[in-house]
Amino acid sequence: MIQGILVEGLVYGILALGVFISFRILDFADLSVEGSFPAGAAAAAAIVTAAARAEGGAAWFAAAAPFLAVAAGFAAGGLAGFATSLVHHKLKVPPLLAGIVTMTGFYSINLRVLGGRPNLPLIKNNPLLDGARSWLGALAPPDLALLAAALLSALAVAGILDLFFHTEKGIAMGALGDNEASVIQVGVNPASLRTLGIVLANGLAGLSGALAAAYQGFADVNFGAGVVAAGLASVMLGELAIKSHYIGVQIFRVLFGSILFRGLMYAARSWGYLAGITPNDLRLLTALLIVGAVAVSKYAIKRTKPSRRGGKA
Amino acid sequence: MIRVESATVAFAQGGGEDRVVLKGLSLEVPRGQTVSIIGSNGAGKSTLLNAIAGTVPLVSGSIVVDGRDCTRDPEWARAAYLGRVRQNPLAGTAGDMTILDNLALASRKGRRRLRLAVTPSIARDLAGRVAELGMGLENRLRENVSKLSGGQRQALTLLMAVLSRPSVLLLDEHTAALDPANADLVSALTKRFIAEYGLTALIVTHDMKRALDQAGRVVMMHEGRIVADVEGAEKERMGVPDLVDLFRQARGSDYAEDRDLLR
Repeated sequence: MIQGILVEGLVYGILALGVFISFRILDFADLSVEGSFPAGAAAAAAIVTAAARAEGGAAWFAAAAPFLAVAAGFAAGGLAGFATSLVHHKLKVPPLLAGIVTMTGFYSINLRVLGGRPNLPLIKNNPLLDGARSWLGALAPPDLALLAAALLSALAVAGILDLFFHTEKGIAMGALGDNEASVIQVGVNPASLRTLGIVLANGLAGLSGALAAAYQGFADVNFGAGVVAAGLASVMLGELAIKSHYIGVQIFRVLFGSILFRGLMYAARSWGYLAGITPNDLRLLTALLIVGAVAVSKYAIKRTKPSRRGGKA
Repeated sequence: MIRVESATVAFAQGGGEDRVVLKGLSLEVPRGQTVSIIGSNGAGKSTLLNAIAGTVPLVSGSIVVDGRDCTRDPEWARAAYLGRVRQNPLAGTAGDMTILDNLALASRKGRRRLRLAVTPSIARDLAGRVAELGMGLENRLRENVSKLSGGQRQALTLLMAVLSRPSVLLLDEHTAALDPANADLVSALTKRFIAEYGLTALIVTHDMKRALDQAGRVVMMHEGRIVADVEGAEKERMGVPDLVDLFRQARGSDYAEDRDLLR
């Protein structure tokens, strides 16, 4: 149980990191994640399925399949992000609408990638999961290998992001969401910098989708439903739990928030019946969690310091 | 060096008729000169700076900085060789980032690279620069800029604008939103930085005394045109009353022209 929560929290934590980049760093309310997350899952599932079907002589394909699947997940998500950015910057469409356009269009694209089916099972052929078990089986007890793999993936992503946000590009990206004029002032094209950020955020969502497909044992075209809200709730739970203005802490607390969120959802599924809560109510719980987190942070900010500006929602 | 050639700027207004804010204005400022730009509200002073910076497009005319025509360049591309401080102290900095990160952002212009923005040696160098402000900010490098007072924030913005030694420094009433003590402080810093870095500067101000003190040349604008331009010995002889007289004359002659046109 606890292991399942941790693995899920870490795998979906990478998605939450994408949501964190678009909503918090870039201040760009990006809904395309609902398309890029399943796009990553579909691309990864399509790759491993193709690798399994490949005729003899394609042993390298089978061997490389796990890596290709992860890379394809990131690339597919990034592509969705690029589409959103293009629609936003070239046609001056507001972020929300640009995201909706992408997520709507990618529903059909994802169906095609899945071979015209809404669902692609990976039960007999799941090299990512098998790989994680066999590579890490030597280091960790077999039942913990999966958790170790999820932990390593999430920490690697968070570590790279932490490093990135200390580079010149990363600092400029932070300033862009804060005050666009300050970025223009130093001779940076805000549109291309924002594009990079949106591609990165959706790439992470796609990567998370690829890992989620492996973990769940299938890719589904409806994987994306509700992931923006789930990611946002994770980000906000992390912010409530740990206060900091250091980017490193802000990144790692997203993973913590994601685990917290999955834990809460697990509790609601397991013991919710005591309060008459059914699995059908989980989305409502997620929504209330977001509202509650915003309310608590607003109230807390008012109490502690008469700030001229509240938290960005 | 900057040359503005018959620049015309117009804003669309409801009802079809455009409002012309700059009317074929020309101005040439040689390298190393500081120019004060004065004039009544709506004279087009800020629009002139915005046109140079690329915030508003020209209808006709051209802008040449250090021999390169940048009339068609977007704002961000021009910012690579222009420094700018606006009236609003919040405008030029990222409030939710640290003083150090803001300085690191401004310490070089143009394309960002994928390498650490703040290394120990960069931090030492920037701490030295910010110490020149004399505000003790070098001890608060890891604090967010939003914690600074308006005066401190504007001084920091000024430092960020000059740090990369821009070809032209544009200051748009950058002391107007500050209390008198801070306004004096930022003005003194402005004068010092311009001398120290050998900058070419255009300073829009409403303060006639400051306009005379801070620059070797004073340009007066009225209704989208330059109506007076004094420098050298002529400027040195002038006091605030002389400027006000000049201003009245300029406006009077303008009204006379209007009457001529109507007849």
